[in-house]
Amino acid sequence: MPSLDCIVIGGGTNGLACAARLARKGRRVLVLEASGAPGGGAAGGGFAPGFRSPGLAHIVHMIDPRVADILALDRHGLGYHTISLASTALSATGDHLRLDGAFGASLTGTISAEDRAAWAELRARLMRFAAALAPFRGLTPPRLARAPGNDWAQLARLGLGVRRMGKTDFREFLRMFLINVWDVLNDELTDDRLKGLVAFDATLGSWLGPRSPNSLLLLLNRLSGEVAGQQGALALPKGGMPAVAAALASAAEAAGVTIRTGTAVARIDVVGDKVIGVTLANGEELRAHRVVSAISPKTTLLSLLGPRHLDTGATMRIQHQKSRGGAAKLHLALSALPDFMGADPKTRLVIAPSADHVERAFNPVKYGEVPAAPVMEVVIPSAFEPGLAPDGQHVLSAVVQYAPHAPKAGEDAARAAMLEATLATLETHAPGVRKLIVGQKMLMPYDIERRYGMPGGNWHHGELSVEQMLFLRPASGMAQYASPVPGLWLASAGTHPGGGISGASGWNAAGRILEEARA
Amino acid sequence: MKVEPRLHFHMPLQRTPFHARTSAANVLNQWGNWSGYTTALVFEDEAMEYSAIRNAASLYDLCPMVKYRFTGPDAAACLDRLTLRAASRLSVGGVHYTAWCDDAGKFLDDGTLFRLGPEDFRLCCQERHLPWLIDSALGFDVRVREETEEVAALSLQGPCSAVVLQAAGFDVSALKPFRMMSLPFGDGTLLISRTGFTGDLGYELWTTPDQALRLWDHLTVAGRPWGIRPVGSSALNLARIEAGFVITNMDFIAAHQAVREDRTRSPIEMALDWMIDWDKGHFNGRRALLAEREGKTSRWAFVGLDVPGNVPATGAVIYAGKTKEAGFVTAAEWLPTAKRNVALAHIERKYLKSDLWADIYALRELQYARLMLPVTVTERPFFNPARKRATPPGRF
Repeated sequence: MPSLDCIVIGGGTNGLACAARLARKGRRVLVLEASGAPGGGAAGGGFAPGFRSPGLAHIVHMIDPRVADILALDRHGLGYHTISLASTALSATGDHLRLDGAFGASLTGTISAEDRAAWAELRARLMRFAAALAPFRGLTPPRLARAPGNDWAQLARLGLGVRRMGKTDFREFLRMFLINVWDVLNDELTDDRLKGLVAFDATLGSWLGPRSPNSLLLLLNRLSGEVAGQQGALALPKGGMPAVAAALASAAEAAGVTIRTGTAVARIDVVGDKVIGVTLANGEELRAHRVVSAISPKTTLLSLLGPRHLDTGATMRIQHQKSRGGAAKLHLALSALPDFMGADPKTRLVIAPSADHVERAFNPVKYGEVPAAPVMEVVIPSAFEPGLAPDGQHVLSAVVQYAPHAPKAGEDAARAAMLEATLATLETHAPGVRKLIVGQKMLMPYDIERRYGMPGGNWHHGELSVEQMLFLRPASGMAQYASPVPGLWLASAGTHPGGGISGASGWNAAGRILEEARA
Repeated sequence: MKVEPRLHFHMPLQRTPFHARTSAANVLNQWGNWSGYTTALVFEDEAMEYSAIRNAASLYDLCPMVKYRFTGPDAAACLDRLTLRAASRLSVGGVHYTAWCDDAGKFLDDGTLFRLGPEDFRLCCQERHLPWLIDSALGFDVRVREETEEVAALSLQGPCSAVVLQAAGFDVSALKPFRMMSLPFGDGTLLISRTGFTGDLGYELWTTPDQALRLWDHLTVAGRPWGIRPVGSSALNLARIEAGFVITNMDFIAAHQAVREDRTRSPIEMALDWMIDWDKGHFNGRRALLAEREGKTSRWAFVGLDVPGNVPATGAVIYAGKTKEAGFVTAAEWLPTAKRNVALAHIERKYLKSDLWADIYALRELQYARLMLPVTVTERPFFNPARKRATPPGRF
C-alpha cells in the first residue's frame, strides 16, 4: 500500500490550496514543484543584479475567501499594502484620469459630469452582476449528462440568487452577460481614457480584443472575485507576489503537506486503468492512492498521462482546448523613479488611450505579429516597499498586450520588436524612462510557457472564454475535476473557475476528492 | 480506373481495377454504388452466383472495401488502443476480425486487421474513418494512411477455391484460416489470406492495381473446370446472412453517422463482446463498456431469428405478445443451403424472453399481405461447415 494518500503535481496557488485542504482532512499529501520555489505564477525571482521582480503576476485580483480564511493566510504572513490600489489612466498629454476605490469607485481628473454619472451607474451595475456570479466560483460545474448527479438544490439556490436581482436588472444581465465590452462602453460612456482602461481590464490575460464576442464576461468574472472581502479588488501584497506564494506554502505545510521543490514529474503511472503514482524526471517512483494535477490539463493528459490511457474523443477535446496567451511581461530595473507626467507612482499606471487602441493592439497578434503600439498596465513595486531594488533605484513591472504566442518573425525577433514597441510606448508616457534602464527582461508568451509550463503562455492554463467555462472547462466530460482515468484529478486554473492567483480551482477539486472518498 | 480529378463529375462513381472484366461479365448490367465505386449487384443469375459460392468457386471484386495502413514502432500499440482486440497479440502473417468504438463504447465499424509485419498493419472496413484514425494516432509513433486505391483485391470463395488456387499455381494447402502468405505474381507480388465474408472455405487475394486484370484472367482460366464465376453483391449478401455476419450501416448504424441518439449500438448489444480484450490495457470506449457490463445497462440484443414459412421478414417490426414493439429486423432471407427462413434482428433485452412475433408485409401482386408470425431466437451462424476450418483444405 502506498504511504501517501495524494500526490499533487505543481506547487502553484491551486496545487497548494488543494493540498492544504486535503491535508486538513487528515490526508497525507506531497506536493511536487518542478521549479526551485513554490508559487507558480506567484513566485518571484531576480532578473538583474540587485533587483527582484514581483513574479509573473504583480497584482492580486482575487483570492478565494475560503482559501484565505480557512488557511488563515494572514497568520502565515500575508498582508497587503492596499486592497484597493488606485489606477491611473495615463494620458500622453499628462491629462490623467485617476480611479480610486474598488473598480473606480471615485474618479479624479477632467471628465464630464455626464460621464461621471454614467460611470457610477455602469460600475454599480457591473458590480451587482458580478456579485451575483460570485457564488458560482465555489461550485462544481453541473453536468449535462442524462443522470448527472448534480447538486440540484445548490444549483437552484444559485439560480434563484441571480434571479433575485429583480426583473429589470435580470433582464439587463441577460442582455449584457455575453456581449462585448466595447459595445457596452460605447453605449454608455464617452471618455476615451476610461473606456480604454475598462477595455484593457476586461481583456487582460485573455486572447480576446474588446470587440471580441463575450469579452464583457471576463470583466464580470474578474469582478466576481474578492480579496479580503473586497469585491473588484486590486491588491498589492506586502513582499510582492512571492509573499502570497510563501503564505500559501507555509499554510499548506502547517496543515501537514510536504512540499518538494526542484522535482519534475516525468509521467503519471497507470496500472489496470487506475493511477498509482508518478515517476519523476530522475527516475524515482512515487506511489499514492490518487494524483492531483495542478498544472495545465493539456500537459497533464497529453504529456504526463498520454493518449493511450484516454479515449480518442477525450484526447481530441483536450488537444483542441484553446490556450493562446496574448500577454507579455516586462521587468525593468531603473536607476531612478520614472515620471509618468506627474502620475502618482503608487498607483497602477494603465496605458490604454482608448478602447479602439486596445482593439488595434490585438489585431496584429491574430496574424502572429507584434503591435506597434501595445497597451499595458505598469506597477512600480519598489515605490511601495524597500528591498526590491538598491536604494533610490526602482523595479518596474508591466503586463503588456498583445504579444503573439506564435510569432511569424521568429521568437527572438518578436521579443526584440515587442520590447522596442513597449519601451517606445513607455517613453511617450514617461519621457526619459529609457535612460534610466539598467536591466530589462521581456517574457513573451512562449517564454512564459517555458518558464511556467503554461501552454501557449496562457495565464489560465487554457483560455478563459465562454466556450471554455463551467462544464466546458477544461473540456466536456472532465469538468468536475475528475479526469477520465480513475485516481487522477485536475485542479489547475485550467478547471473551473479558472485563473488568477485565487486558489479556487484547487480548493474546489479538493472538495470533490473528499466527497468521493466519503461516497 | 482514375480520371482527371478536375473532370470527376463526368464519372461520379469510380471504377475498380477489375472494371474491364466485371463490366464485360455483367450481362444484366446491374450496378450499385459501394463506397463510391460502381460494383456489380448481379452478373447473370443471382441463384447461380450464390450456388457458385456454396458449391464451386466464386470471384468477387473487393476493391471498394476501405483499406488503411498503420506503420511504425507504435502501430500495434495504437491499434490496441483503437480496436477491441489485442492487435499486439496478432502474429505477423495473421488476420483477425475486429471492431472499434467511440468514447461512449458505441460501434464505429468492424473490419479485418492484417499484420503484414511487426510494425505494419492493414485495416479493412466498410466505412471511411481517416480523421478518427489520425486523431487516434496522436501520441503514438505511427503513420496512418488510406490505401484503398493502391490495392486491388479479389475474394475467391467456395468449396473449390483451394483447388482453383492449386490449379493456378498457388500452393495454399498449408495455409490455415486467418493466416496469409505472399507469392510472386506477374510483375509484382500476390498476398493470399484465408479469409472471406461467406462463412465458407475461401481466400482473399491482394495485389497492386497494375496486376489486377492479369490476376482475374489467370484465376478465371484456372478455375474454369470448377465452374468459377464472378458473383455480385446480392449473392454475397445471401451468403453473409447465412454466415451470420453483420455489415455496418445495414445491421447497425456507425456511431459517427447516427443522427438519432438511440441508433448507436455497443459491442455487447451487437453480441460481439466476445471480441473485447478487457485485459490488454485501455482502449477506446473501455470505461463506458465496463460500466455497461457491470451495470447491465445494455438496452438491445442482436439475435438470429427463425421465421416460419418462406417469406423473408425483411424490415419487419418485432412485437412482444403481438402488441408491444420489441425490435426490428435488419436482414432477412430464405437460406438456400441451410434451408431455413431466418432474420437478423435487434430486440430490446427486456423482451427477449417474451413470445416474439414478426409483423411481415409480404408483397403479393401489388398488394401487401400482412403476416403476424411467431419467431424464435436462434443460434448464429445459420451455416457453419467443417470445410471452412479444415487444413489442408478439402479437394472438392
